[in-house]
Amino acid sequence: MHYEELVKEHAPRWPYPVNYGKENEVNCDVLVLGGGIAGCWAAIGAARKGARVVLVEKAATKTSGSGGSGVDHWHDAVTNPACRITPEEYAQAHIDNFGGYHRCGIGHYIACRESYDCLLELEKMGVKIRDSEDEFKGAEFRDEKTKLMFAYDYTAKYCVRVWGSRAKPALHKECQRLGVKIYDHVVITSLLNKDGKIGAKVVGATGVSSRTGEFFIFRGKASVLGMAKATRNWVFSTELRGLYVDGRPPNQSGDGHAIAWRAGAEIAGAEESSRVGGGAYGYPQYGAGNAGNTWYACSMVDANGKEIPWVDRDGRILKTVSERYRPAPGQKFFLSMGGSRPSYEYMPPRLMPVQGDIATPSGPRGGVAKIEAAYPLYADLPSLPEMERKALWGMMIAQEARTLIPIYRTYNQAGFDPEKDMLQAYAGGWFGLGPPQWRAASNGGPIVDWDLKSSLDGLYVAGGQIFASGDHAYSAATGKYAGRRAADYASGADEPVIDRKQVEAEKYRVYAPLQRQNGIDWKELNAGVCKVMQDYCGELKSEEVLKLGLKWYDEIEAGEAATACARNPHELLRLLEVFNIMTVNRIILEACRARRASNSYLGFTRTDYPEVDPPGWRKWVTIRLDEGRVKTGELPLDYYGDLKKNYEAHCGL
Amino acid sequence: MKQEDVRMFPNIVTPRNPVIFDEAVCNGCNACVELCVMDILMPNPEKGKPPIVLYPDECYYDGLCVKNCPLWEKGAIKLNHPLNQRVRWKRKATGEHFRLGMPNPPPPNDKPPVGGWDAKA
Repeated sequence: MHYEELVKEHAPRWPYPVNYGKENEVNCDVLVLGGGIAGCWAAIGAARKGARVVLVEKAATKTSGSGGSGVDHWHDAVTNPACRITPEEYAQAHIDNFGGYHRCGIGHYIACRESYDCLLELEKMGVKIRDSEDEFKGAEFRDEKTKLMFAYDYTAKYCVRVWGSRAKPALHKECQRLGVKIYDHVVITSLLNKDGKIGAKVVGATGVSSRTGEFFIFRGKASVLGMAKATRNWVFSTELRGLYVDGRPPNQSGDGHAIAWRAGAEIAGAEESSRVGGGAYGYPQYGAGNAGNTWYACSMVDANGKEIPWVDRDGRILKTVSERYRPAPGQKFFLSMGGSRPSYEYMPPRLMPVQGDIATPSGPRGGVAKIEAAYPLYADLPSLPEMERKALWGMMIAQEARTLIPIYRTYNQAGFDPEKDMLQAYAGGWFGLGPPQWRAASNGGPIVDWDLKSSLDGLYVAGGQIFASGDHAYSAATGKYAGRRAADYASGADEPVIDRKQVEAEKYRVYAPLQRQNGIDWKELNAGVCKVMQDYCGELKSEEVLKLGLKWYDEIEAGEAATACARNPHELLRLLEVFNIMTVNRIILEACRARRASNSYLGFTRTDYPEVDPPGWRKWVTIRLDEGRVKTGELPLDYYGDLKKNYEAHCGL
Repeated sequence: MKQEDVRMFPNIVTPRNPVIFDEAVCNGCNACVELCVMDILMPNPEKGKPPIVLYPDECYYDGLCVKNCPLWEKGAIKLNHPLNQRVRWKRKATGEHFRLGMPNPPPPNDKPPVGGWDAKA
């Protein structure tokens, strides 16, 4: 007998009125799926075109998604008046960096053209984007004319420091102002195809409320998929530090990927993965001594106070803090993000690697010596020039996601003083270190054309949902663009007709766990699903091992998952998420099988195809479901063609 | 500790206290319940009382429950990093060590961020 049975009569009632199966039908022109940064901007883009817009979000749109708690760097802002490089130069650099696998050229060029416009719109919505009070007057990173403040490359000026902790509430308010109909706490469970045929035009979606259990049937002339990549695929533990794995809200279970796959969309890039610390073995995000990202370019010292030198791409030691923000001699500009294999051409200044520390950002290639240091290392905020320290701790660590309360307020309340104190650094940074089989999915997702349309008619894609995507500003720009294009499509589209049989089958699937008792719960299922990935989709992959992983999922789906039960709408939501995680993991396993070559840029090693980066495999490998079978295809890395010409032909402006 | 009232309990779900409410300050407005990204908080069956932290193990620690609480500066709700998440720091001039959650901590620093807690354009 389980303990719960003994105490059940004394447990409080579910606080919301439960009405499992009750149908709500909603019609619109543009249906936006996911209310994060991309979803909100898509809704805004479509509503401004006069479309009737419905936005569906599984949490609360005001705070949800990766950008829900803030943003400090506004990337890709190449069209700002102070920037010294062109959108073409910057986009091409991002595309070419990391061997051409890092960014989808279409999405990235759109970001370069429209990211700064989105920022100006945010300012109109009340978000502070410039130092209008002159708090940083005279700072090297501030443009005196516009009062914009820049990060990373102070010469090129493509990335703006912003007060973005209010971005999400502002977007939410703007959606409401434009008459977007928002459905919060409703999780989308499936896409509906015309005539219920997988691979056919998308005509709507189904959803279920995580509070009341009610069912939703959404009809849209066009749909925009704006959800996030999955977390919880390889590593899962609620006991150590909540569900936290890789810095994104852990309700991100790849719902968009899973429903797009089941509807027949073509997906690329899902074979890419990288090592993760696994959250529980790390520290609060942005809350450990560091020199990258929001902490760029903080001075680091060892236990004896010896400073770890910064070097440029040629290994030349930089003598001043100021030089850490400048391109190397002969370099026009550098890119902000490190990554596993940045090219020499755009390599940023970096900390010299420390002897024996696998966690120090890897140094420039070309035989730069490592430095001896006594552990632990510390982020030496007190030694930074005042303006840099004030920007780092006073502004960026406050405005970046999950920093205002978790770091800035909490550490300050505990007596931390950035003018006096040095924050300790840890191996692996705030992510921590995990074994090689602990990985995180990178950038897989539906492929898009220059309208940001997926391979399915009627289905547009935005933000992190796009394969090889970018960050907050990218999500804003591609969201607005996709919303606009979806509205254009909807204006000439027929009234969508849904297939009742497809709805019935989905209803049955969604509610089945509520009918069962004594089966597996969502947490044990999630942990088991992850174990399969650790064992059969770890660092080293081969056909036999990958096929065993898929065999496991066949067995789990027919066995344990078919007994899985939920006792209320919240548990149902989490269980449906785990089902989606299992689908996403199948996509990953299939994508890994389809790329029969090791690839150094994708963190992808096939022991049965040991040759690394063979030229014949320098391409995107795509997969999709067709009549229940996995069909593979391919796409040239540069399928985007002429960036400027194609953008101008398709942007709809 | 009354020996006659020892009960059977399952193990505690941990981390158990990601957010801590001050019952004397919280008025049970449930603003935090409405916008928690993981939906871990439930309205208290008793009106005017702090929400129930029903799913503490699902907390994402973004602190938005705190930031959106009308009474957060009065201490109605606090974010509480678990023990395995408490970082250390060292005072540069003196070499003293401190940490999050230490007994007898140094005085709190109440300084708002540049632009204030609610920076606006």
